[in-house]
Amino acid sequence: MAQKTMIEAITEALATELRNDDRTLIFGEDVGKNGGVFRATQGLQDEFGEDRVFNTPLAESGIGGMAIGLALEGFRPIPEIQFFGFVFEVMDSIVAQAARTRYRMGNTRNIPITIRSPFGGGVHTPELHADSLEGLIAQSPGIKVVIPSNPYDAKGLLISAIRDNDPVVFLEHMKLYRSFREEVPEEEYTIPLGKANVVREGTDATVITYGAMVQESVKAAEVLAEEGVSVEVIDLRTVQPLDIETITASVEKTGRVVVVQEAQRQAGVGSKVIAEISERSVLSLVAPIGFVASPDTVFPFGQAEKDWLPNAEDVADKIRELKEF
Amino acid sequence: MAEKKANVKIEDLLNPQNFDFSTVQVLDENGTIVNPDLMPDLSDEELVKLMEDMVWARELFNRSTALARQGRLGFYAPTAGQEASQIGSISVTTEDDFILPGYRDIPQLIKHGLPLSKAFLWSKGHVEGNNYPESLRAYPPQIIIGAQYVQAAGVAVGIKKNGRKAIAMTWTGDGGSSQGDFYEGINYAGAYKAPAVFYIQNNGWAISTPRELQTAAATLAQKAVAAGIPGIVVDGMDILAVYAVSKAARDFAIAGNGPVLIETLCYRFGAHSLSGDDPKRYQPDGIQDEWQAKDPLIRYRKFLTDKGLWSPEKEEEVIERTKEESKAAIKEADQAPKQKVSQFLRNMYETPDYVTQEQINKYEAKENK
Repeated sequence: MAQKTMIEAITEALATELRNDDRTLIFGEDVGKNGGVFRATQGLQDEFGEDRVFNTPLAESGIGGMAIGLALEGFRPIPEIQFFGFVFEVMDSIVAQAARTRYRMGNTRNIPITIRSPFGGGVHTPELHADSLEGLIAQSPGIKVVIPSNPYDAKGLLISAIRDNDPVVFLEHMKLYRSFREEVPEEEYTIPLGKANVVREGTDATVITYGAMVQESVKAAEVLAEEGVSVEVIDLRTVQPLDIETITASVEKTGRVVVVQEAQRQAGVGSKVIAEISERSVLSLVAPIGFVASPDTVFPFGQAEKDWLPNAEDVADKIRELKEF
Repeated sequence: MAEKKANVKIEDLLNPQNFDFSTVQVLDENGTIVNPDLMPDLSDEELVKLMEDMVWARELFNRSTALARQGRLGFYAPTAGQEASQIGSISVTTEDDFILPGYRDIPQLIKHGLPLSKAFLWSKGHVEGNNYPESLRAYPPQIIIGAQYVQAAGVAVGIKKNGRKAIAMTWTGDGGSSQGDFYEGINYAGAYKAPAVFYIQNNGWAISTPRELQTAAATLAQKAVAAGIPGIVVDGMDILAVYAVSKAARDFAIAGNGPVLIETLCYRFGAHSLSGDDPKRYQPDGIQDEWQAKDPLIRYRKFLTDKGLWSPEKEEEVIERTKEESKAAIKEADQAPKQKVSQFLRNMYETPDYVTQEQINKYEAKENK
């Protein structure tokens, strides 16, 4: 075991799958010799060759078409979109083409691609780098959306994503890339897609969240523990499909729930989680479902991130509010 | 239309530094060979096969139009007038080639191995129409104009990586050449020197928008220059020219020289689709007649008849065969089982998730009532 950052865990997962399966291919803007703008693919071209890890022209839609075409020729493409704010250029390939192929071809063909892309606020990026756009993809039938919150999960989930025979969008929060290290086993392991993780057990309220908001929610839970409130924190890990069983079990145990996301209130997957809880567990609730999200504006100018992004205090306040209800 | 030029050599045109975009023609409107050097090396039997396939495609258009008007087909994009362009291109492929058709390119799909009953099911809106046999190297008709171009680049890179001696072949229309994916597709294939042959079937109109309104470029083939790949304009009403250029382009791509863009100048007799389009509303008077005279069947029929290789009886035989084939195929299509929502749900993922499984259970219960 070794202490690793999330970006190191991601590189390790990619190397593992390049080694395990010679049909896997990594490509995107500057992922080759340069090792990616965040070094996620550092050293992979040197180890596996230009035939397996290669740069593309600067055109996201072309990258999407490449991934689909290569999949049709029997490869397992792992393309990268440099920042997820650029997904608009390649929406057709992802949601109108890759996500639909198994369905439209009557289960006779499938597109086993894993699209990796960084996103997330808190690091003062320029425009359209940090936007949380997972909700757009999560609304599109035929594709899975995975968002790890720590190095251990990132490695296990990415290996699972690459081995999955359906398209997966794997979103990597930039603030989590190097913000902390944790133990990551050297050997390969998988974490099933569609399975949430109870990162902290509690009995008074449930926080359901993902991405960078997991840490904020754990911080809030720690503060509330000192106030005698026991908070359970669930990290969804996969935001489409949802782990209904884990969500339901926790909500029925605590009776209070706050859904926390970094995306704007009208975006993300929070409203979907709330709808599922409303339909399945409303009689277990002793308070309305809380929703912590960003304001419904365009992602903020760099200097205003701190005032705009939700944080541990927002989460703690919302739980206190539910306790008082 | 660009100027026609005799005595061009295809090798010269297959050069990204060649900026001659005059129109390649082998057979003129009177069925006379005007460029013998470009005459493809085909046996009498093969020459006849091209005519049989064009007559088949024309009759398939007649049958499909009739079936659509009777409500027995759904979406249908007419192909009459494009027989030389469609048959000429697909005829140079083998089953190792991977094709990515647009929504008007159904004849190519059938020629490549898709059973006609499945083509009809696609038109009717039935999943079985896209349920392709393992051996059929094709992606279903693409509705998103341009998407097939970026995908073809990917397929071609895959073919190259797999070391297969084959190409990816794809088609779009004149309107499609204005899309971003059109440019990205040819540019990607060029950057990777991938074996792809891209077609622009320029039939003058994108629904009601004339080709002149798509671009100020004098030809559409010259857009190849932006990707640094060869571009060729060919008389798309001349089966021998389309065949010759296509064959040379495929050989060029397979030899590792990269992709080729081919513009076929053709015409769409009649409407854009049978979903309510009426070209009389926007096309100038007399233009259809003008193009009818250039009908690819007329000139090739004359050419073969002069050689003693074709007769009205032979043509009638192909038409009758196609009628019978269509009759059997639509009957088969009509017998396809009713589609089930539970099956659609099962076709979404390899393994259904919790919520999808709940919906499968719900719809199965309804379906089994």
